[in-house]
Amino acid sequence: MSAQKVQAGARDGWQRGGAQAVRRRIVERLVNVLCAIATVVVLFLLFSILWTLVTRGAAGLSLSTFLHSTAAPGSGGGLANAIVGSCEQTLLAALLGTPIGMLTGIYLSEFSHDGKIVSFVRFVSDMMLSVPSILVGLFVYLVVVEPAGHFSGIAGTLALAILFIPIVVRTTEDMLHLVPRAMREAAYALGAPGWRVIVSICLRAARGGIMTGILLALARISGETAPLLFTSLGNLNWSTNLNAPMASLPVTIYQYAGSAYDDWVQMAWTGALLITVAVLATNIFARWWLSRNGTASS
Amino acid sequence: MMEVPSTTAGPGAAVSGRNAGGNVGDIAFGVLARLAGWSILLVMAGIIIVLVSGGWQAFSTFGPGFITSKAWNPISHNFGAATSIFGTLITTVVALVFAVPFAFGVAFWLVEMAPPALARVIETAVQLLAAVPSIIFGMWGFFIVVPFMAHYVEPVATRYLGHVPGIGLLFRGAPYGTGLLTGGLILAIMVTPFICSVMADVFVSIPAVLKESAFGLGATRWEVMRKVVLPWSRQAVMGGIMLGTGRALGETMAVTFVIGNSNRLGWSLFAPGNTIASLIALEFPESSAGSLKLSALLALGAILMVISFITLACSRMFLQRGIKN
Repeated sequence: MSAQKVQAGARDGWQRGGAQAVRRRIVERLVNVLCAIATVVVLFLLFSILWTLVTRGAAGLSLSTFLHSTAAPGSGGGLANAIVGSCEQTLLAALLGTPIGMLTGIYLSEFSHDGKIVSFVRFVSDMMLSVPSILVGLFVYLVVVEPAGHFSGIAGTLALAILFIPIVVRTTEDMLHLVPRAMREAAYALGAPGWRVIVSICLRAARGGIMTGILLALARISGETAPLLFTSLGNLNWSTNLNAPMASLPVTIYQYAGSAYDDWVQMAWTGALLITVAVLATNIFARWWLSRNGTASS
Repeated sequence: MMEVPSTTAGPGAAVSGRNAGGNVGDIAFGVLARLAGWSILLVMAGIIIVLVSGGWQAFSTFGPGFITSKAWNPISHNFGAATSIFGTLITTVVALVFAVPFAFGVAFWLVEMAPPALARVIETAVQLLAAVPSIIFGMWGFFIVVPFMAHYVEPVATRYLGHVPGIGLLFRGAPYGTGLLTGGLILAIMVTPFICSVMADVFVSIPAVLKESAFGLGATRWEVMRKVVLPWSRQAVMGGIMLGTGRALGETMAVTFVIGNSNRLGWSLFAPGNTIASLIALEFPESSAGSLKLSALLALGAILMVISFITLACSRMFLQRGIKN
């Protein structure tokens, strides 16, 4: 019986050099080549974007880009107010979002005895992680900008903080889960109260990972445009007043890139180059830092 | 871990001042953590309530016809959601059609074929692609991809595919460069890294013994992938794809630059269109507070919220089930 099967198999060409084996080898080769091509294409796209940014953006890089505020077309303005506005709103959003995000992460990881509500908070936080950012802009417009009657840097900061928090929640929870149980038990055995164990032992052990998460979240919100369109709006003049419309790099890029003036489009490319370099550098630094300092478990 | 009460250190220990301080600290800390956690619920509830109540005027004025109406006329105050919902769905489908094979290819290559040192570098590069701000994709798309589509891709596609019965409909029309196809392609580039990293994670996490036994039987890499890894990780892979879908549905800036922004509904992929997000981004600054137009935009926002919630809930379900597997 089995000998017959083997013979039949030989006739079908399963053996080395047979028709079936050749077909399998060809398919395998084909898939390998297609996968390699897919990888090359994706890498090519990344390099195409970076190349375009560098070649078109570098021309506008000069000292006045950093020292002068945005100005009317043809009068040689810079991006100073947009850069400062972006930094101000992003950093304030991070300052506001970090404690809330970390506390929520702690809540999810350490208060699981609260029952169903913890998993519900986790579910909602995960949803917020991927809520379309433009909807966050609409929300902040309706609850802050409309009652106040004017666009403001505060509104922009709030919108960015709402996007910032869920990322920190996610990383904090994940990193706390990596803290070995034995470490907590040792701390409890020494008589430390629960909050001391969390703050001085768990958070301390997980701080490398949490810092990385905060940096990545910072990079993410610093490039957000959609939520700022309806909240901080943009401002052509120098302003650091949080209670007034505030310029930001992404919104300035959006306004300039669609304009008909060559020098504005040039400025948009320069802004795009600046923000991309900042975001990618933060990303690379955060990843390098995480790999060097390791996670809580190592 | 908080269920280990600090006061059970031993009989009599509870009277010490230190432990009393610990108790107060525990209570205060518990209150803070709960407040923070519940504030997330509050914000989410706020977003939903504000969007739905803001859009209520439009929903009640147009009724269920709002969703099927193709109108968008600020002068006659006649608004409908059909075109932008259509645009959102079509661009997302186009994005997935391109992103899924590419993400799969890259993930397969990274996990199975790449030399480890090279794989780490390329994985970082793919993740960096995910970190590029969406407005950069928009600008790059507008200045580089749109002319490329208009000069090369679209005329060629019309010439060779425009006469094919059935799908030919998709490839007819003037080659503007902007349009649903370009929007979908830019979205594809943006979501590929997300889908790819989920896939790579899942492919790595399959128990080695399953793969090894298939290899031991003489299966090729592709056969192992198709007959062992994919069936095993089917659900998690679906979860990753849904995650990408969620991103594509709500993306604003990149699409706004390249979609052409026209309220038209037709089968041509080359025709300019709009998506919910791009329509909100463009029309919102021109709509005054309390107007019907603003309400219509908020109603669109609520619809987008519902669509992306369903997608994300599916994604979560698939991922959780896939990981438990």
